[in-house]
Amino acid sequence: MRDIYLDESIIFLDLQEKTKEDVLSVMGGKLYEKGLVKATFIDAIIAREREFATGLPTKGVSVAIPHTDIEHVNQKTISVGILKEPVAFGVMGGGPEETTPVQLVFMLAMDETHSQLALLQRLMQMFQDADTLNYLCREKNKKNVRYLIESKLDVAFKGGE
Amino acid sequence: MAKKQVLVACGAGIATSTVVNSAIEEMVKEHQLDVDIRQIKIAEVSAYTDTADLLVTTAMTKKEFPFPVINARSFLTGIGTEETKKQILNELLK
Repeated sequence: MRDIYLDESIIFLDLQEKTKEDVLSVMGGKLYEKGLVKATFIDAIIAREREFATGLPTKGVSVAIPHTDIEHVNQKTISVGILKEPVAFGVMGGGPEETTPVQLVFMLAMDETHSQLALLQRLMQMFQDADTLNYLCREKNKKNVRYLIESKLDVAFKGGE
Repeated sequence: MAKKQVLVACGAGIATSTVVNSAIEEMVKEHQLDVDIRQIKIAEVSAYTDTADLLVTTAMTKKEFPFPVINARSFLTGIGTEETKKQILNELLK
């Protein structure tokens, strides 16, 4: 099984996009530029988000975990987007009009189904930790964001120093 | 008691259903139940209309099903997890 990829180039601080579509385009565009996903990934992840929203209200700031089918992915990747101002995302499992003001986006590019249980569980555990989420919203150093996520998810990411 | 079939579904069948699936497996083990758990995409639920006893999902479903549907978002956010577990257990013990 290949390792999961995260480096500073796919950590976004102060994203200023105003809509979820723009946020997903910017983040997905970078993943494509780096060859981590296929060109079809961007449209697919936007379409998937419209159909099956991934916004999650937590005890801290709201998060979103946009993802799509494995055939659009080249390399298993997590990209982190910290939004300057909250952006409305649909609520996972919620009604069609239900939105939540998302401040942290964890874009998941997964290349196998039913995999990465431990990683996903740790990610969800992180969502239950309001202090960590609040800290991430304020952090201005990409390295620190990467270190924190590495330690919370207990993985050493492939990708550049 | 006939073996219950539980569907665990999300939009892609990749991320959130994996987490929910594992939570239910744990519950089932803890209560020593014999349950057939299927992790699927929400679009595949219709294929199980005749066999399933329960759908646990993080995705929204517009369709009506002949079995109960339980929202599993709490497994991801930690808000209301105990309540959701109770709901699921109630269905499994019916």
